[in-house]
Amino acid sequence: MKAHKIFAWLAIAIGAIYFFIPLIGTFEFSLRMRRGAYSFDAYQSVFTDAQFRATFGFSMLMALVTIVVGMLLIVPTAYWVRLRLPQMRPVVEFITLLPLVIPAIVIVFGYLRLYNSSSWIPFTGSTQGTNVLLTFSYVTLALPYMYRSVDTAMRTIDVRTLTEAAEILGAKWPTIMFRCIFPNVMSGVLSGAFITFAIVMGEFTMAALLNRPAFGPYLQLVGANKAYEPSALAVIAFAITWLSMGLIQLVSRFGKLSPSRP
Amino acid sequence: MTTASTSFIDRRTVIDWLGIVPFMVFALAFLIVPTLYLIVGAFFNPAGEFTFQNIADLFSPSILGAYWISIRVSVASALGGALIGFFLAWAVVLGGVPSWIRSSLLTFSGVASNFAGVPLAFAFLATLGRTGLVTVFMRDWFGFNLYSTGFNLLSFFGLTITYMFFQIPLMVLILTPALDGLKKEWREASEILGASTWQYWRMVVLPILWPSLMGATLLLFANAFGAIATAYALTGSSLNIVPILLYAQIRGDVLHNPNLGYALALGMIVITGISNILYIWLRTRAERWQK
Repeated sequence: MKAHKIFAWLAIAIGAIYFFIPLIGTFEFSLRMRRGAYSFDAYQSVFTDAQFRATFGFSMLMALVTIVVGMLLIVPTAYWVRLRLPQMRPVVEFITLLPLVIPAIVIVFGYLRLYNSSSWIPFTGSTQGTNVLLTFSYVTLALPYMYRSVDTAMRTIDVRTLTEAAEILGAKWPTIMFRCIFPNVMSGVLSGAFITFAIVMGEFTMAALLNRPAFGPYLQLVGANKAYEPSALAVIAFAITWLSMGLIQLVSRFGKLSPSRP
Repeated sequence: MTTASTSFIDRRTVIDWLGIVPFMVFALAFLIVPTLYLIVGAFFNPAGEFTFQNIADLFSPSILGAYWISIRVSVASALGGALIGFFLAWAVVLGGVPSWIRSSLLTFSGVASNFAGVPLAFAFLATLGRTGLVTVFMRDWFGFNLYSTGFNLLSFFGLTITYMFFQIPLMVLILTPALDGLKKEWREASEILGASTWQYWRMVVLPILWPSLMGATLLLFANAFGAIATAYALTGSSLNIVPILLYAQIRGDVLHNPNLGYALALGMIVITGISNILYIWLRTRAERWQK
């Protein structure tokens, strides 16, 4: 065997050890709750916890609303920029990358100063308002991922021809948008949706500082107070991330197979 | 007729620009204005007068210390992540390992680079904590007490190796396409010209790859610098990094000066901003070779 091949396998081995040991360790730890024997007691304890169900449900709902709001904002924008305002593309692209530059904690700090109950747009003055603000904060966090996946999907279709064809056939803009553009960029919409789902489910900073009972702050609370449940929750969280990424791969594979793609 | 056509063009231009109004309003309201509010606030005192005092106060020992440890953790995890990530990417692209390893590594990297936050802290506590798998294994089988060596997961070193769990996969994802871009012809050409492997790497590969390598390392740095959830779940507030200090400030004004909090946020934006600007600049340089 050549020297470089040995090095390659060595690198793979080191990587595998680094990645798998924490996962194995977490799983093993989550089984240790009953003294002297492995058991799924920690998982049972998690699943029967009413707070787990409440916060998990809350974050799920938040993720769904975030995806809908985000896509309704981003798909028309990406479409419009491609069709009518190509000169604005760099600007829009730059804005969508800003959430990667400005740390989440800074953004939410700004919200708390700008939209507190004594300001002229008191989002945080009521529970509903805070939920709305939290949704918008998640849309902001997901902006880079959503925009990129939608824009990539839009690159593969001819937006101008599709629009002209629809217009010639007498379609109004809601028809063009929802029956022509959306279905054609569905693979991008879905990949963006799954990554948004993974981000929102584990998000801690925004929810904690806006004081909403989301899954992230619940995880932190359990971590500070219990011994074995955190590991069980980490395994569950890893499974959610894995599921979301797996679905993205699946969607992109179907996207390539679909006959409407040139 | 002329007036009619100009007004038609105007109306069309207006409609064109109206199309991105929702996005712009959203971006202004929930991204740009909140950030600018903090940036401007950093230059005023609570009485509303313009001042550089908040910026000057950042250079007090406790705040400077927080920035210092944040920068150290971010640099260390970025360099460690870059190094291991580079070797992994190299191994699957050029190392001649079976292709299923490449695809599983890339899939896994997609998952692991998104597996951050609170659960990641739990995973490392369960592995390297005082009763974690590795700690117990070393104690029972080798009689080696990890914690007697001064190792502590709730420290600079512990945080660094925890961050590397998402830094390495991110590096793999960024570098694999860059390594794929190395053309076979370049290697063949340099071999024909009599270059050794070392010369090929030093004189061909590195000059082409360094913008990607540097850029990705900077991105990793910014990624670690803004992260808070993992550190908070791991160390509580015992490790005084900037995001945790800012978190405490937002929660309860621990600095006793709201405008100093704005300055703290401004410092974070400046640091992540500079590293991202450098990253974008380096990426445009790197892309010249990836066409």
